[in-house]
Amino acid sequence: MPLDTSFVARKFKQIGTRPLRPDGLDKVTGRARYGADYNAPGQLIALVLRSPHPHAKIKKIDTSKAEKLPGVKAIITSADLPDLTNGDRGMRDMLENCMARKKVLYDGHAVAAVAAIDATTARKALKLIKVDYEILPHVTDVDEALKPSAPVIHDDIFTDGVEPKPAKPSNNNKRATFGHGDIEQGFKDADFIVERSFKTEQTHQGYIEPHACVANVNPDGQGELWVCTQGHFVYRNQCAALLGMDISRLRVTASEIGGGFGGKTHIWTEPLALALSRKANKPVKLTMTREDVFRASGPTSSTSIDMKIGAKKDGTITAAHGVLRYHGGAFPATWAEFGAMTAFACYDLKNVRSDSIEVIVNRPKTAAYRAPSAPMAAFAVESAIDELAHKIGMDAVDFRIKNAAKEGTKSSYGPVYGPIGIGATLEAAKNHPHMKAPLGKNQGRGMACGFWFNFGGQTCTDINVTPDGSVTVAVGTIDVGGSRASIGLMAAEELGLPYEQVRVVIADTSSLGHNDMTDGSRGTFSTGMATVAAARNCIKELCKRAAKMWDIPEDAVEWVDGMAKPAGSNAGNFPPLSIKEIAAAAGNTGGPIAGHNELVADGAGVSFATHICDIEVDPETGLSRVKRYTVIQDAGKAIHPTYVEGQYQGGAAQGIGWALNEEYIYGKDGRLQNAGFLDYRIPVCSDLPFIDTMILEIPNPNHPFGVRGVGETSIVPPLAAVANAMSNAAGVRMTHIPMSPPRVLKAIEALKKH
Amino acid sequence: MSSVHVTTTINGDAVDFVCNADEPLLDVLRNRLGMTGSKEGCGTGDCGACSVTIDGRLVCSCLVLGAEVGGSKIETIEGMAKADVLHPLQKNFIAHAALQCGICTPGFLVAAKALLDNNPNPSEEEIRFGLAGNLCRCTGYDKIVRAVQATAKEMRGA
Amino acid sequence: MLAKEKGLAFVLAGGTDLLVKMKAGMIEPDLVVDIKKIKGMADIKKSATGFRIGAAVPGVALSENAALSKAWPGIVEGANLIGSKQVQGRCTMIGNLCNGSPAADGVPALIAARAKVVVSGPKGKRTIAVEQVPVSPGRTCLKKGEIIEAILLPKRPPRSSDAYLRFIPRTEMDIAVVSAAVNLVLDPKGVVNDARVALGAVAPTILVVADAAKALIGSKLDAAALEKLAAACSAACRPIDDKRGTIEFRTKVAGVLARRAAEIAYRRAGGKL
Repeated sequence: MPLDTSFVARKFKQIGTRPLRPDGLDKVTGRARYGADYNAPGQLIALVLRSPHPHAKIKKIDTSKAEKLPGVKAIITSADLPDLTNGDRGMRDMLENCMARKKVLYDGHAVAAVAAIDATTARKALKLIKVDYEILPHVTDVDEALKPSAPVIHDDIFTDGVEPKPAKPSNNNKRATFGHGDIEQGFKDADFIVERSFKTEQTHQGYIEPHACVANVNPDGQGELWVCTQGHFVYRNQCAALLGMDISRLRVTASEIGGGFGGKTHIWTEPLALALSRKANKPVKLTMTREDVFRASGPTSSTSIDMKIGAKKDGTITAAHGVLRYHGGAFPATWAEFGAMTAFACYDLKNVRSDSIEVIVNRPKTAAYRAPSAPMAAFAVESAIDELAHKIGMDAVDFRIKNAAKEGTKSSYGPVYGPIGIGATLEAAKNHPHMKAPLGKNQGRGMACGFWFNFGGQTCTDINVTPDGSVTVAVGTIDVGGSRASIGLMAAEELGLPYEQVRVVIADTSSLGHNDMTDGSRGTFSTGMATVAAARNCIKELCKRAAKMWDIPEDAVEWVDGMAKPAGSNAGNFPPLSIKEIAAAAGNTGGPIAGHNELVADGAGVSFATHICDIEVDPETGLSRVKRYTVIQDAGKAIHPTYVEGQYQGGAAQGIGWALNEEYIYGKDGRLQNAGFLDYRIPVCSDLPFIDTMILEIPNPNHPFGVRGVGETSIVPPLAAVANAMSNAAGVRMTHIPMSPPRVLKAIEALKKH
Repeated sequence: MSSVHVTTTINGDAVDFVCNADEPLLDVLRNRLGMTGSKEGCGTGDCGACSVTIDGRLVCSCLVLGAEVGGSKIETIEGMAKADVLHPLQKNFIAHAALQCGICTPGFLVAAKALLDNNPNPSEEEIRFGLAGNLCRCTGYDKIVRAVQATAKEMRGA
Repeated sequence: MLAKEKGLAFVLAGGTDLLVKMKAGMIEPDLVVDIKKIKGMADIKKSATGFRIGAAVPGVALSENAALSKAWPGIVEGANLIGSKQVQGRCTMIGNLCNGSPAADGVPALIAARAKVVVSGPKGKRTIAVEQVPVSPGRTCLKKGEIIEAILLPKRPPRSSDAYLRFIPRTEMDIAVVSAAVNLVLDPKGVVNDARVALGAVAPTILVVADAAKALIGSKLDAAALEKLAAACSAACRPIDDKRGTIEFRTKVAGVLARRAAEIAYRRAGGKL
């Protein structure tokens, strides 16, 4: 019988409480083992040689001197990584990104790697590798790359989505359009129109743990990989494919992960470590340096967005049109599409259109960063909406309430919404004490909305009842921020057991079927769904055993409050059996008791948020400080409220950093100038105030407990919330993110001159 | 470069090691002494994940050579709990959910302990500036500051 | 030892610049000399002629010295802004000076204070003004085998004080985009009779702006004097565009910071604004 995953309203006993997380002890004592905390006996240390040029042909790589250095055990170039991708462009790009083949495509692109007995020797060896480059012209700006004069980076990319297909290759790999209605007419009907262009600079997820792995490939072709990752099954599948190994011969064990936010959903140096190990016939440890992380992992896109929104004087939006240009770094990607899909998702619009333009530039291969592509689109939309509200003379919140999407609205990206929370978050914002708090000199308040789809995906879960009646839950979804506790709560709730009797572990790839990565805010949602399903299967089995012990039919037993009970007086007058008692007798009733589930979690609930920001701007220097910040977001059901708050706060903090100071700075030479935490400026403790949170719960009808994903939406509103606050504080409409002091001061000075 | 033989004290225990002259203390702790509690987030003193104290002073162990610590008293995250009794900061970090991925947590605990050892009654601002040398990307610092405040209050009252 | 080394030799005090450069592969020392345990290097001494700060004194120790903090709050606040708490546990003022960055936080207030340094080498000792040490970004006037063993601060007359301000986009952890140090001496009526203004990160080396000081002397920091001060500072700037700031920004903000630092130093010296 297929699992019914619909939401059933009920009073929860454990869900919604705030127990301590099971991995807390190890993490506060330094015992927890992250990617770089494991060492294999006899391991070699690997380092990667990277291109200093943004675009160049590789004429020759001479590793002979390095090979002769005592202590060097293996050196690889792309010659050691044959192309086995068989026409799969996505895999081929992944391979080429791991190590350059004929050309280097960005500053930091790997060209060779060395495994040696220690780091000192590996460093010396890198210096002895000689690479002859033929430098090519480069382009790093998303708009510059679209100009006819721009150097074309791949000669086999012809724009997809354009009729007729272009005859000449370009840096524009795809175009697409979303929306419905008649925007031309809509703009004709508008009394007020705001039309602006916006630019956002490239940012990085900024996880504190650099990528690290220990790889071991035996001569018989069996491989082991210890790695920090958001998806060990995905890493296994991709590494095996690139190295020509059967998937089942590679066993990946996930370490604890020190932050990912999307950046650890993609392989970077792992295939290199495996290839080195295979060549040297020894374990190889490869840790990326912080500089390499910035130069050669997967930051998010920089963007250029045109926005036009029109409304009647009564506040009804009549038309909205966005053109979004995003880049995927040096390889074709479709990030602009996500931006185009999410841009207008918060609103009920009769006439809406968003056009996505995907671009290729000489920058590292872009990866997902928490609600990928949505923050930039929301920046443009919410800034324009704010300006439009001002033009009409309507309050910013009221204007949004009037146009907010609701149940039954056809979204700008296609689907019709079920019950959703945007209206509720706006009403909550309107009535929140933050809105009424007085503002000081040079201070301004702004607000903005945000949206994220959330994903489901393939998930497997194993529940096993131990001989003493406690329960282990093996999941395949990586715990990035404390979801182990939430999974434990859901298993405990469903089974009717105390939380302390449930132990959650993240299993390695040989122990479970495929699990998708922890991305798309799917961790608690999907794993929760699979865990509930597995728990229900486990309960069926437990009831079956009780029936055997009582010698009554299986369907005469029900599971209530963690105990097997005869269902109705006809079934018999037996005292209830606890899981402990059933487990103790398991050997006689059929062996070990388990519940298992594989599913594709469907029906992930969309999540909406409204943020409020107070900012103080020094008009003489452009310096700004966030003085107060509130996140109001719909979680569907907060399984562990404290960790839901933590997700809201963390996303908001990243968004604030993105809004004010974080950016990749490239010189005219196409090289990254700030590949470190000194000049890639993420918020420090003293930069932020306490971040207030408000969890709304509009249950997702497609999840047994009503859960919606929560991890991503909170990074979507801050760019605009901060920009709108800045506008109210200093009178300047900022259209270039980050709003760093030099940009703000320039805008303030320009305003003064008028 | 040559090797150096160092005799020092770590978390109260006498420790001997041999290291390269140019080897940071962080690498000695992690690779030679098996003490992987201190983390390398950047290697250049910008993130604080490698924080330890040397003779009572909070430092980044990536900016100190192993060769420099002969005769000093080093305290790392591994020495914070006494046997199976957690330091109040460790207890409160768990209780207040002041960690999500946990990679920055050892550095924060060492820095927060140094802060409270010097200033048992810090204001919110003093806490924030005292911990400004430790980067966290997951929490937005909110629950970290609250955990430190709760600990300071508890330790003053106890 | 430093003079005899044929290869590359470096002094190790705090190590907070040296180790970063070694890690980046920017320098590969053949010899590193740790000076921290040399007698006298780790002391702060107060005498009738002023303060003497040894080369191995970590930044954090300056604010722990009550007399120094009272006499030279600007110098101490500069030291407190170098890096993070962790860095301040190790870094030294002299290391900060010898690193030769025009954005060094520890240096502008020393220059405004007319501090001197004692240079010690194989040929003996000499005492020079702090501003003579950095000659261009990353380079000092020191010859092979020479080290700086101490900073000398002059005696403090009554009604004198200093202040240091820097502009950074965050609240901590950034290299100064532009900075200003102002040192003032007032007469019993609150009129400035001596002033020195130094600007950081607006030129290849730290600038001493004589016109800015002149603008203040004889005044009680009225609006016109402060206006002149700011204009003189902006006029003296020769900054660059880089990943931390633009020419336009540094030029404007140099004047703003100098004005604000002057006001703080004036109040600290007992003046009323």
